[in-house]
Parts: sequence; C-alpha cells; structure tokens
Amino acid sequence: MKYVIMFTFDPELDAQVSEDRMQGLYGRANQWYGENAAQIADGGAQLQPVETATTVKYGESGSVVVDGPFSEAKEVVGGFSVIDVPDMDAAIALVRTWPFLELPGWGVEIRPILTIASQSEE
Amino acid sequence: MSGSDAAARPDDASAPSGEVAASDLLLSQVVREQSGRIVAALARSLGSLDIAEEAVAEAVEEALRAWRKGGIPPNPGAWLTQAARHNALDRLRREKRYREKLASMVPGIDSESAVLENAWPDSSAELDDRLSLLFGCCHPALAPEAQLALTLRAVCGLTTAQIARATFSTEPATAQRIVRAKRKIGATGIPLRIPDATDRAARLDIVLTIVSVMYNEAHLVAGGDAAADRDLADDALWLAGVIAAALPREAEAHGLLALMLFHRARESARSVDGELVLMADQDRSRWNQTLIVRARAELDQAARLRRPGRWQLHAAIAACHADAETTAETDWLQVLVLYDLLLGYDPSPVVRLNRAVALDRVGAPTAALTEVDALEGQLTRAHLWHAVRAHLLRRLGRDDEAVAADLHALELTANDAERRLLAARTAR
Repeated sequence: MKYVIMFTFDPELDAQVSEDRMQGLYGRANQWYGENAAQIADGGAQLQPVETATTVKYGESGSVVVDGPFSEAKEVVGGFSVIDVPDMDAAIALVRTWPFLELPGWGVEIRPILTIASQSEE
Repeated sequence: MSGSDAAARPDDASAPSGEVAASDLLLSQVVREQSGRIVAALARSLGSLDIAEEAVAEAVEEALRAWRKGGIPPNPGAWLTQAARHNALDRLRREKRYREKLASMVPGIDSESAVLENAWPDSSAELDDRLSLLFGCCHPALAPEAQLALTLRAVCGLTTAQIARATFSTEPATAQRIVRAKRKIGATGIPLRIPDATDRAARLDIVLTIVSVMYNEAHLVAGGDAAADRDLADDALWLAGVIAAALPREAEAHGLLALMLFHRARESARSVDGELVLMADQDRSRWNQTLIVRARAELDQAARLRRPGRWQLHAAIAACHADAETTAETDWLQVLVLYDLLLGYDPSPVVRLNRAVALDRVGAPTAALTEVDALEGQLTRAHLWHAVRAHLLRRLGRDDEAVAADLHALELTANDAERRLLAARTAR
C-alpha cells in the first residue's frame, strides 16, 4: 500500500537545537533514505521554511491570497515522501526509525493514498 | 440496565419477558462464543473487516429472531456461519456491481482481484483467529473509544444498542464510531494480525487495557445498580480468558485474568441488594473461593514466566486482600510495597491515590493526605479522589472538611449505588 508521510515540526523548538546536532540529524536522515530506498516510492520534497509559505484561500467574493501556511498551528509541514509498504504496521515501523523523531515537537503523519479500491469502501 | 435486559440482545418489542430472557442469556453466550470467530474467519477470506462484521451482525440479529421462535438449533455456530456467509455474499455482489461500474470508468483495474489483493496476511493461523481480530480492533491508530466499541461489536458480538448503553453514548454516535473505525482499518491497511515480538508487549498492553476498561465500565453505568450489567463484566472476563488461553507465554495476559477473577470473586459481597459495599465492610465469607483459587493459579502461572508487569502487580495486590480474613489483618505493608513497584510501570494519579490508601493503613494518614492533596487538579473531577480525601480528613479529626469532600464526591458520581453510599456517609 502507498502512504504519504508528512514530516511536521515546531520551528521554535527546532531553533533551540544546536547546529551540530542538526547537522548530525540531517546526515542520519539522508542515510535513512538510502537504507530504506526499497520502501520509498517517491522521495518527495523538503520544503523551504514556513516563512516562505503563501496560501490561496476561499473567499466569498473570489479566492484571496494570504501570507503564511494554511493552518495556524505551531507545528508546520516540513516535507513529505511517498512510501510503499505492505500495511499500516509496516508504515508505522518504518516511520518510527525516522531520526528527527528524537527532537521534541516532531511528528510524522501517515496517510494512505486514495485508490479505486478504497473509493468503493466509502 | 438490568442483567436480563443486557442479555436480551436485539430490541425486539415482541419478545415477552421472563422465560424468554433466560434463553436470551444462553443465546448471548452462544453469540459471544461464535461471532468473533466468524468475523475473524470471514474478514480473512474476504479481506474486508467492514463486510465481515456487518454480515455477522446481521446474522446475529436474524439468529436471535429465529431462535426465539424455534429454539436454539443443534449447531448454533454453523447456523450463524451459514447466515453470515450468505449476508457477506449478498453484500459482495452489491459491491461488485459498484466496483465494476468504477472499473469500467478506469481501465486496467480488475474489480475481483482488487478484492482478493486486500486479503489479510495469514501469519498466525495456529493461534486463535479471534486474537488477530482483537489486535486489529485495538490498533493504536484507532482512538481508545473506537477500540472499545469495535472490540465489543466485532469480537464479543454485542449490538450497537448494548454498546451505546455500556459506553455512556447514544446509538447513532456509537454506530458512527464503529463504522468509522472499520473504514479506517480498511482504508489505511491496518492488519488483523498478532504483532511480532518487537511490538507485541506494547500492543498487548493496549488490548489488555481495553478489556479492563470493559470490565470497569460494566460497574459504572450511569443510573445502574451495583448488581447490574453483569453481562458486560462477564464478556470482559471471558475475553481475558480467551487471550490468556491463546497467548499462554504472555505473563501480563495471565496477570489481567487473575486480577479480574479476584474482582469477580468479591462481586457478591460488593453488591448486596443493589447497594454498594466498600471492601473494608464486605462480608468476606461471601467471596467466591472457587474464583479466588482460579485467580491464584493464573497469578502463579504469570509468575513462572518471570516477566513482571503492571497487571500482575495489580493482581498481586488483589491477592493480598484475598489472603486476609479482615481489612485489619491485611498485609498493608506488602500492599504498599506492591504499589511502589506498580508506580514504576504506571505512575498514573489513580495508582498514586490507591497507594495513598495503603499509606494510611500502615499508619501514615498525614503522609497519605499530603499525597492525595498533591493530586489535586489531576483527579479533582473524580469522585474517588474526594471520597478518599474525605476518609483521610475524618481519620485526622477534620470532620467538617470531610463532609464537604464527601459532598463533592456525591456531586461527581453518576452511579446510583455509589450515590446512595456517599449520601449515607454525609448524613452520618
């Protein structure tokens, strides 16, 4: 099954982490992509800082463009990848090994990708 | 709800009471024994818990209608299986038409193979099928309320109405909770499988917690009397037995079963004529010695596996109470030591509150009250916190504050029997 995994974190908390530690984690994250290449269907993308976000929203008299991310939560989406694993337990097991999960504020959201088979379940 | 009401499964207004209620009890036992197995087997062969569960729920309703009229058939399991298969095929045919419509719009998708591809992996065929189903229903990706509702429905075969009553919810909300949980299992690919060694302990703990919640809720139904809802407690005890039998090497499974058996053994002394009796005031000759012997055997079995855990510690504390002829003769120091150990596994406010009670019993009521007061804010909405506090204040001669605490407790309990007990205490 294919799942999108979304990496989320709190920029304020990340700012308190030393440069050295961050560099180490980035190194391990790269390694993680290498080691799990067989389960990664699409590496996806790492996003620019949330300050660069622009959102186009519904407005009663036509859509409006606003500065900032779609949600006002402190946590922001930092990137995403697509994994292809047998089931949810395998997805959870893989995500658990994501190096950045040792930093407070980090989370990885797992969402199955909509397929024809899952549509008929609705 | 009363015990017989709990057994009368569907809301069949035509069913007369009395005599029929007794056979309903038998019916519900048959349903409980069979439905989880059939759901598990169907889910595995169809690859859809949703369809399997709906098909079995329908079959259960049909069975109860048919069996009330014609009596229980010689092989009720086969009857239910047959009816459930029939319903499942019906649903699949309807779905197939839908899938074919979809497939015709998207070339290259073969509708039937899509169904088969979803087949649940069969990694634990040697174990009780119901265990795989149970682990799926108690998957951490589901909210705890959904885990409980789905377990009651798919594993124990309770109707939506019964689950709603047991979990203080409405029928539409319960139905929706179950449907969402099943859809999530299907859509997100949550496997119906006993997890492997790395995850086993953590996942088993969720399952055991759900079973324990099930047992406790049976005693807490709002407006219920102390003797009510034996059915759900019985379901929980049964389920704990199924788990321990299927996973004989899991010490905590035996630990929970032992704990529940100890509690069950006190049941007839705990509730007298619908009134709640605190353990200190219980007539211990009414404790069921057969169940206590069984509980001890389970606890011994757990101890032999040499893997301690919180359920075994809870059970060991219950064993201390069972060992004592009276409250005063209880080895409270041992109880306190066990609570100290338990805190290492479960530092929850409720465990700390219970430890405070033991602290009082070993002659440290002031320290106990300090500990209880330290929990203020975390348990202020729990009537037990106020009740324990009232008891300690009374011990320390602070009677006015004790009455105030009892009144708080009274305000916070929704259970009639508990209300009467607290009301009697404040009137004293």
